[in-house]
Amino acid sequence: MLEAVDLECVRGDRPLFSHLSFRLKPGELMHVTGVNGSGKTTLLRTLCGLTHAAAGEVRWNGSTIHELGDDYRSQLAYVGHSNGIQGELTAEENLRAACLGTAADTTRIQETLKRLGLAPYRHFPSKVLSQGQKRRLALARLAILRKSLWILDEPLSALDVNSVVLMTEILMEHLARDGLIIMTSHQEIDVETKTILQIQLD
Amino acid sequence: MQYMHKYASPKFFYTLAGKLTPWMAALTAVLLVAGLYLGLFVAPVDFQQGESYRIMFIHVPAAWMSMFIYVCMAGAGAIALVWNVKLFEMFAGNCAPVGASFTFLALVTGSLWGKPMWGAWWAWDARLTSELILFFLYIGYMALEASIDDPRRAARASAILALVGVVNIPVIHFSVEWWNTLHQPASVGKVGTPSIHPSMLAPLLLMSLGFTFYFFTVALMRMRNEILERERHTTWVAQLLESKS
Amino acid sequence: MPNFLKAIGCLLRRDLTVALRRSTDVLTPLVFFIIVVSLFPLGLGPEPSVLRTIAPGVIWVAALLATMLSLNRLFANDHADGTLEQMALSPHPLTVLVLTKVAAHWMLTGLPLVLISPLLAVQMNLPESAMGTLVLSLLLGTPVLSLLGAVGAALTLGLRGGGVLVSLLVLPLYTPVLIFGAGAVAGVIAGIDIEAHFSLLAAFLALALTLAPWAAAAALRVSLD
Repeated sequence: MLEAVDLECVRGDRPLFSHLSFRLKPGELMHVTGVNGSGKTTLLRTLCGLTHAAAGEVRWNGSTIHELGDDYRSQLAYVGHSNGIQGELTAEENLRAACLGTAADTTRIQETLKRLGLAPYRHFPSKVLSQGQKRRLALARLAILRKSLWILDEPLSALDVNSVVLMTEILMEHLARDGLIIMTSHQEIDVETKTILQIQLD
Repeated sequence: MQYMHKYASPKFFYTLAGKLTPWMAALTAVLLVAGLYLGLFVAPVDFQQGESYRIMFIHVPAAWMSMFIYVCMAGAGAIALVWNVKLFEMFAGNCAPVGASFTFLALVTGSLWGKPMWGAWWAWDARLTSELILFFLYIGYMALEASIDDPRRAARASAILALVGVVNIPVIHFSVEWWNTLHQPASVGKVGTPSIHPSMLAPLLLMSLGFTFYFFTVALMRMRNEILERERHTTWVAQLLESKS
Repeated sequence: MPNFLKAIGCLLRRDLTVALRRSTDVLTPLVFFIIVVSLFPLGLGPEPSVLRTIAPGVIWVAALLATMLSLNRLFANDHADGTLEQMALSPHPLTVLVLTKVAAHWMLTGLPLVLISPLLAVQMNLPESAMGTLVLSLLLGTPVLSLLGAVGAALTLGLRGGGVLVSLLVLPLYTPVLIFGAGAVAGVIAGIDIEAHFSLLAAFLALALTLAPWAAAAALRVSLD
């Protein structure tokens, strides 16, 4: 369970939001919306532990994420604005490097690449992939890493209609497995689930 | 911890520092005047170096301060990193320009002192070389701090650099000493403190104390400015400005 | 095998693979090293005795500059494409990952410098008896340069003018290594006992190995904030 308590974030000396509290339980999705510059990305990065909150804290199963450190990070998968793909490496090598040795199961990598329609490009350096294909490759990490908390910053950007449908499917599977998802998106997301938490930043 | 938070609140500190600075500035002036008087007029002439040794009363305390301030800066940086206290961040950041000025002063006075001794403005004396590298470290610190826009991020990054520097300073100092003994021809004398006579020690200590108080006074004044700048969105600063105008 | 050992292997392989596919990145500092050393005889005249006296210092200073030139490659590429962020979010200690990246960096920069140095020593008329000392001193010293450099590179990540700034931060910290590295080679030529030089270089390496990864990891977390 992920909890935010009285969270306040600033950028430079400009306050973005304050007194933000919420509680996200397994199987729930949180959809963060807001205009550009309202602090969506900052919120997600704060929840990851990359950015320091100006006040308040983030808790995972009752303990703050800074106490948990690596134990929290072992539950977390993040896809940010940058895809986290090294252009010189092939799609497969990128996924293998993303796992950093843990659970880099070749068959699962092959299956995921196939499902996301990247199998034909398996042996090409990732720099030749299109923007949408790179995004899919970044999202493929989620399927391979098998973490319980997914934090996704605009996961559907640059994706075509079919890929959006596929991605929605993957998100729903994750929720069905009692996973947690926090995401920002400009599009409406069409996910059937027990609960969707909507947070609007302004 | 409760007390810490009270004293570490910028508003409280701003008022406290405002009350303290005039007294500290006065004390600085008294100490410096007394030190200079004793050093320049009362202390006896050195039988080897003549009058020129009197520059020591500035050079030696300035060199001490340059090291002392770096250690203060690193210590404050460490506290700011670990406990996330804003005031210590500001203190660390405001140490750097003062420390760099003292280092520069030590370099200039050292070179002025060296001219009659070595017949050259610069000699690769161990202590001067250490000061020069310390000066570079200060410059690096200030350059790093200046190139990061977000003040809190800048403070944390430069605190890490100061800590790395403070571990390195003894190593650098020792290495330079070693290098100097290997390469220095015996004919070139060292800028050293001449055998200390009590009448020389008193002005030396007075000057050091005066410099120390000068440092804290300037640091407090700079911190007050920075508090106003960083807290300009808060109500207490707005009220303060209103009452002033 | 503990997980983080697997992670180290995986990251090391990744960094080396990327570097090999971008081999110009690896060759540039090496060529720079050779060119800088070759400029000195042109500036000072080819008098063998002069060259011999300045050779230890020149080769060491050039090694310092070449390492510094390559520091940019340590984190900047990974920062730009977001992989560094992913690394910071991985469940392995960032300190260990940083140390691994530094190791990869040294294999691609420090080690080639060490290997090419005898060639430059010949060019600079360094006596053959000092050749072994030069190689050994560089072998002990260049890892320290990479480790300290990692702190500078992590601190200046993503800053405007980062490339020049890193030299300002890192070069003053390099002085002890320069003094004892070049001192060892000069000592052998002068016939001084140089055991102490090597002990100290080894001590610097031990100190840098224990402290620099922590500082660099902390600096990375600040830079990613």
